[in-house]
Amino acid sequence: MNMLGKIPSSSQPATGFNAERARGDFEILSRRVYGKRLAYLDSGASAQKPRQVLDAMLDFAASEYANVHRGVHFLSGAATDRYEAARRTVQKFLNAAREDEIVFTKGGTEAINLVSYSYLAPQIQPGDEIVLTVMEHHSNIVPWHFLRERQGAVLRWVDVRDDGSLDIEALDAAITSKTKLVAVTHMSNVLGTVTPLKEIVARAHAKGVPVLADGCQGAVHEIVDVQALDVDFYAITGHKLYGPTGIGVLYAKRAHLKGMRPFNGGGEMIREVGRDQITYADPPARFEAGTPPIIESIGLAAALDYMTHFDRQAVAAHEHDLLAYARDQVRQFNWLRVVGDAPGKGAILSFEAEGMHAHDLATILDREGVAVRAGHHCAQPLMERFCTTSTTRASFALYNTRTDVDALIAGLAKARGILGNG
Amino acid sequence: MDNALRELYQEVILDHSRHPRHYGVMGDASHKAEGYNPLCGDKVTVYLKLGEDGRVADIRFEGKGCAISQASASMMTDMLKGRDVAEAEKLMQGFLHLVKGEDASDLSEDDRERLDVMGGISEFPMRVKCATLAWHTYKNALEEGAT
Repeated sequence: MNMLGKIPSSSQPATGFNAERARGDFEILSRRVYGKRLAYLDSGASAQKPRQVLDAMLDFAASEYANVHRGVHFLSGAATDRYEAARRTVQKFLNAAREDEIVFTKGGTEAINLVSYSYLAPQIQPGDEIVLTVMEHHSNIVPWHFLRERQGAVLRWVDVRDDGSLDIEALDAAITSKTKLVAVTHMSNVLGTVTPLKEIVARAHAKGVPVLADGCQGAVHEIVDVQALDVDFYAITGHKLYGPTGIGVLYAKRAHLKGMRPFNGGGEMIREVGRDQITYADPPARFEAGTPPIIESIGLAAALDYMTHFDRQAVAAHEHDLLAYARDQVRQFNWLRVVGDAPGKGAILSFEAEGMHAHDLATILDREGVAVRAGHHCAQPLMERFCTTSTTRASFALYNTRTDVDALIAGLAKARGILGNG
Repeated sequence: MDNALRELYQEVILDHSRHPRHYGVMGDASHKAEGYNPLCGDKVTVYLKLGEDGRVADIRFEGKGCAISQASASMMTDMLKGRDVAEAEKLMQGFLHLVKGEDASDLSEDDRERLDVMGGISEFPMRVKCATLAWHTYKNALEEGAT
């Protein structure tokens, strides 16, 4: 795209962040689909990867790759150094107190399952309660259902208000002497609602209850400081953070990790294996059985470096501007209902269109080069709460511009023309 | 507008989806089944009344879904009503071939003409499941859904 050309009518407001320039780092965004300019508005499902991430992975694989923590040879040492350096990059990104509080997993889902299996399951008695909100992603629901099905745990659901915001008092009231964990999203993948995590943790801790936060969306759009939040567990996934698939992270307080039983069994997570006895490695190795996602760890570190080389406040301001612009633009469509309007919400816009099913809408938008998500977004309890089975979702990332929003709006008008109002 | 889209959302399809035929619950069905597309959360229930002569004496459906799934269900009920089960099976196989863009020459000329409006779906592989949901549900009702 020629950046020296004339300024488009919907030009960016001045911030300390240049999205058009950042866009140039993402080669895939310059491809065309059905002959149209690509407006990629599905980063909430998975973000595209900048050249810096792809290069870092390729360079590492081409020059320093070997298995980690195994061999005594040169490359094994080099790869181990890079893998452990990646762990420190994550530590810094989340502002964790110690690097051994960072456990590499294969994704956000595995991180939450690890907490369910290794931390919570051993202490659940029938009737014990787990508090969660109706806006959780299935990955922060199903691992707790396992404990309900298998061990008689009770799931206590906290509703959201009609605007999608969380009622902290309702959440507080749901925490009882039987509560063993509060599992809550930091940012809803459907509504965009950002939860008052610090306040939630303070309320839960006042009753002696630990908190797990699903940060798969939150870490992308918010600046996370796990120490300031005082959160017990924080799960993230690489591919939404402009990094590769196949890697995620569980942050957990050292005190919790030390007492947790192993998850997967295999190489690397043991201290000593005999015929009739076994001892396990200290965290984080205890939870990293088998050969870890080594190349992916390098990619994740590169992605976090990429994110933090920008002024993240300015990136957040840019994303909020896109959301506000899109929110304002869709007001012209009286047949469109936005689902989720919580104050301070992140850059996700979900909506329903009267007389148009989300999949029909998404198909028409797709043909205009506009990639959105349609469906239940792995959040069926939330769909039920808002009396629908599916919504259409546009999610914004740092590389999106008002031109993408304009394409979305034009596509919506076109869809209305094709599908009509029934 | 691009041709593939025009083909997909032609007036016949939109009309069926807005005004579905044979829509609603059938209290005295001999067979019924519920179909579910976990991808989008769409649900459809198909009710059948099988005659002693092996014909589909009556058929209804109920559910919520996209224009494609609703239109396909509606057209299916139109075409299956009165047909005997073996013919219905042949029709279904022909339909499945058609929406996947495969050879559908085993359909009768009349059936092919009527189903022609669904042919555009073959250009949208991500949407084929929407079109086939009701048909698979019909088959399920027939084979496992005796009430």
